[in-house]
Parts: sequence; structure tokens; C-alpha cells
Amino acid sequence: MTVTLKVDDISMVFPSHEGGSVTALNHVDLDFHPEEFVVALGASGCGKTTLLNLLAGFLQPTSGRITLHGKSITGPGADRGVVFQKHALLPWLNVIENAAFGLKLQGVRERDRHAVARENLDLVGLSEFLTYPVYKLSGGMQQRVGLARALTSDPEILLMDEPLGALDAFTRENMQELILKVWRRTRKIVFFITHSVEEALFLATKLIVMSPRPGRVTHSYDLQFSRQFLEEGNARRIKSDPEFIKIREEILSIIHGEEIDELEARVP
Amino acid sequence: MKLKLNPREWFGGATEEYQDPYGQPGTGKSTHISIVTIVVMLFSWWLATFLELVPPLFLPSPEMVMSKFVRISCIDHYWQSALVGLGLAGEVTAECQGFSENPLHMHIFWSLYRVFTSFFLAIVTAIPIGIAMGMNRYARGIFDPPIEFYRPIPPLAYLPLTIIWFGIGDSGKIFLIYLACFAPLAISARAGVRSCSIEQIHAAYSMGATHNQVIWHVVLKAAMPEILTGMRISIAFGWTTLVAAEMVAAKAGIGVMVLNAARFLATDIVFLGIIVIGLVAFIFDSLMRRLEGTVVPWKGRM
Ligand SMILES: Nc1ncnc2c1ncn2[C@@H]1O[C@H](COP(=O)(O)OP(=O)(O)OP(=O)(O)O)[C@@H](O)[C@H]1O
Ligand SMILES: [Mg+2]
Repeated sequence: MTVTLKVDDISMVFPSHEGGSVTALNHVDLDFHPEEFVVALGASGCGKTTLLNLLAGFLQPTSGRITLHGKSITGPGADRGVVFQKHALLPWLNVIENAAFGLKLQGVRERDRHAVARENLDLVGLSEFLTYPVYKLSGGMQQRVGLARALTSDPEILLMDEPLGALDAFTRENMQELILKVWRRTRKIVFFITHSVEEALFLATKLIVMSPRPGRVTHSYDLQFSRQFLEEGNARRIKSDPEFIKIREEILSIIHGEEIDELEARVP
Repeated sequence: MKLKLNPREWFGGATEEYQDPYGQPGTGKSTHISIVTIVVMLFSWWLATFLELVPPLFLPSPEMVMSKFVRISCIDHYWQSALVGLGLAGEVTAECQGFSENPLHMHIFWSLYRVFTSFFLAIVTAIPIGIAMGMNRYARGIFDPPIEFYRPIPPLAYLPLTIIWFGIGDSGKIFLIYLACFAPLAISARAGVRSCSIEQIHAAYSMGATHNQVIWHVVLKAAMPEILTGMRISIAFGWTTLVAAEMVAAKAGIGVMVLNAARFLATDIVFLGIIVIGLVAFIFDSLMRRLEGTVVPWKGRM
């Protein structure tokens, strides 16, 4: 299978406060194939955000290489859209202006860029709020604007760092379904970070479990629950499927096991 | 109609408003209370003069101040001129005396002219310098020492220097007020550059923005609330410095009016001048607040 985005033996070392260094990522390899939904799961501090920042091009790796279609990534670009956890919309622009912002930067005429933005806002169900100020929207709606905005430059890859982390459980489940529908429609590669095991299983076609100190990928699963959902459309049934529950417990015990090991290592 | 006995109801709003007992302390409307304070102050002033508790030289009565206002603002003169102009009256009988050779509005005009010229000069210099300081360490290194040095010095302390440099004309006064306006504006513009979140900057870059586009479309827009706050502080500070600036040989100006009046022990005009200075400051502040509401309605909301 063709590899679109390739993470090749990446390490990332930050200087730490005490003058030493923190290895945020240690020799990580990861391949992204077309139409894949890759979810990263792991304890706090295992380097998930660092990995996303490297993919986005906000950071340069200490060693190793990230390539998109064989070409090294040297900085951020419109081929990789990012959805942030929060604080990333521009409050001086209204909903449609926020969603059209990427095309404005490229000098697209207002009529054309608003047409594209309107389509994407339609996709995320916000077509009735086009001229709303974004600071008057609820958290869930703001995240949908963030998603529509990332789609507007039509990137090949969508990077999302805990985009649903600040939402309540109910809104969160709706957003999961929405993201899957957008993914099917747009056929983009998605890289998605979460702390919720259930969310990870439900969304991923490939789930990677990461582990801290030093940050690395310890487990990788190929999953079908998201495709199953898109065919059947019943999220509750999938999340209560015995297979789903079995894998969920397995991953929980991996993450828990690591935490206990860690505690024992610290408290002899 | 039954007379309402609850005094809170007389001044509106107070009774319908729900006071959350477990909310933030001190919330709720206070306008009606302030109106009571103002009325009580005016009444005590009037009562003290009516009972002649204090000689008028120290505390002129409200009526005296009011009649001085009518006289030096030349209301009668202009009113009659208007009537003559409309062909409703034959001739202008009331003469325009003013004070210190100028009617009140000319004093106000000259003061406003000085303050706004200085404020305008401060806007076109302090905002770019402040932004440069926020974005460039060389600019910060260069401008930090002079600004931080002169900022805490009271303008009165360097007033003599502006006289030596600029003489006693208007330019010295404008320079003095300009310095007063400059520092708060530069400092807030510098702080404003830091207002945008790293996520907003990253988002713009990941949509293909260039460095200049990030600065123009994100950093500067996000700096607007801070800059407007700086403008509000700046014009208030400039107005405060005005009286000091006009102490030196100005012909007209609201500060001059007060100082000349004090020289002749015309306490009523001193009162009038102080009230006008206060009202103008209040109007500045309300206008700036309204400007903030329309230019940066998102301030503090995201
Ligand atoms: N700019 C930086 N400078 C120094 N250390 C950093 C920097 N960014 C990240 N780190 C360190 O790298 C490690 C991984 O951080 P990262 O933010 O990638 O974790 P994460 O998996 O996203 O955690 P969380 O789930 O809490 O968001 C942490 O130990 C962190 O302290
Ligand atoms: Mg993180």
C-alpha cells in the first residue's frame, strides 16, 4: 500500500528546566496510508502533542525524518490542517469569515471563498450561524467552526489535538459521529489525539498506544469500528459490542499496568 | 395612585434585580445609588452656602457658579445673535465678556486642541513603537530604557525643561502632554502584541499564512483590545497633565482660566473650571468605552 505520510525514526529532545533534557519522543516510526484514521492514545506527557507538532511542522525533530509523498516536512503548510483543543478561532471574525480564513490568506476572492466556507459549514451543521460572532457560540459549535476552517484549505491530512477534550459527554459523542461522517465525505487522512479509550476505539482505523519517559509507540491496533458505524449508523450498539468492550478493557489494562509499574518504580 | 414606600423602588431597577447570594460579591447595578450620592452632594453644597456656614470666597454657592457660567459662556449673546440672524429680533444687546479675554467655549476649544494634537501625535508614534517593541528584541532593547526612565516622573518635574527647549508657546505644552500620552500607549501596544494565543498563530501558519500575514491578520488584530485600553488611559493622563502644561503663559485654555481665576480669587470661576474639566474627562472616558464596545466587542470573551 502507498504511504502518504511517513514518520521515520523520529526523536525529539527538549532541554528541561533543571538543565538536563527530556526525551519527548524516542525513535518513533509511523506510516499514514490514504483514508486512514489514526488515533494516538496515552498517558499525559507521552509525547502525543509533540508528535502532532512535528507532523504539522511547528517543530523540527532532533533526529529522524518526516516525509509527505517522499518530501521532507520543513514547516507548517496548507496541506496539513490542524484542529486545536481551544483558543484557536479568531474572535474578530464571524463564523463564515473564520471558516474562510485560509482562502483569504491565499488571496481568493470573497465570493469564492465564502462559497467554499458555506459548504464546509453546511457539512458540520452550522449553516444557520454564518454571520454569528464566534464568541457567542457554545464550545461544541466553536469546535465545529474549527473543523470547517481546517477543511477549507482542503488539506490532505487533518491533525487534531484533543479537539473534543473540553466538551461535555453528550456533545462529545455527537461530535465523534460528525467527525466520522466528515472523514468519510472528505476521504482525508486523520491524526487524532485523545485521552478517552472509548473515543479512540470508536474512531480509529489504526490505534497507537504511546508510553512516556521516553515517549514511544508501544502498541498498535487495526480496527474496524468506525467503518462499521458508518455502514450501520448505530453508535450505542457498537460501543456495547462484546468485541469493543474486550479491546477497551485490554487497552485500559495496558495503560493502567504502565501507571502501576511507574508508581512502583518511584515508590520502592 | 399609591405612593411607593420602598425607597429602592424610586430609583428604578433595584427591586426587579436578582442578587445572587452565592455569586460574586458586589455585582448588580449601582447607578441609582450614584445618582443619590450626586444629589446629596449638590444639596449639601447648596445648604452650606445657603446657611452661610462658609464665606463665599472659599465656597461659592451653586447659583453663583451657575450665573458665572451663563456670563462667561456668553449664552445670552449667542442666543440673541441667533435670533437676529433669523430676523426674530432687532439687535444684540447682551455683550460677550468671557473671562481672560475669551468666552468659555474658546477656553475649552484651546484645551481640546492641545490635548487632541498631543494625543494624535502619541497615537501615530507610540503604537508603532510599542508594537515594534513587542515583536523585536532590538526595538525593545533600544526603547525600554528611555520609556521606563521617564514614565514614572511626574510631568510637572520636566515642565521647566520643555520651557527651556520649546519656549512658552504651544509647542512646549503639546510636547509635555504628548510625553504624558506616549508611555501608557506604547506600553499597552507592546503588551498587546502578546495577546494572541500560540494556537491562533499555529492555526494561521497551518492554513498557509506567511510570517507577515500572521502579524497582520492575527497578532495585530489580537492586540486591538489592549491598544484601545491604552488609548483610554493615555487620553485621561494627557488631560490630567493639561492644567500643568497651561500654567505657563497660555492665553486661553481651561487650565489657564482656572489659574487666572485663582489669582483674582474668583472662586466661582475656579469651581466652574474644575467642573468643566471633570465633565470633559468623563465624556472622553464614555466615548472611549463606546469605541471599545464597537471596535473590540469580543474583548475578554474568548
Ligand atoms: N517546548 C517544550 N519544552 C520543553 N519540554 C517540552 C516541550 N514540549 C513538550 N515537552 C515535554 O515533552 C514531553 C511530552 O509532552 P507532550 O506535550 O507531547 O505530551 P502529551 O502526550 O501531549 O501530554 P498531554 O496528554 O498532557 O497533552 C513532556 O514531558 C513535556 O514536558
Ligand atoms: Mg498534549
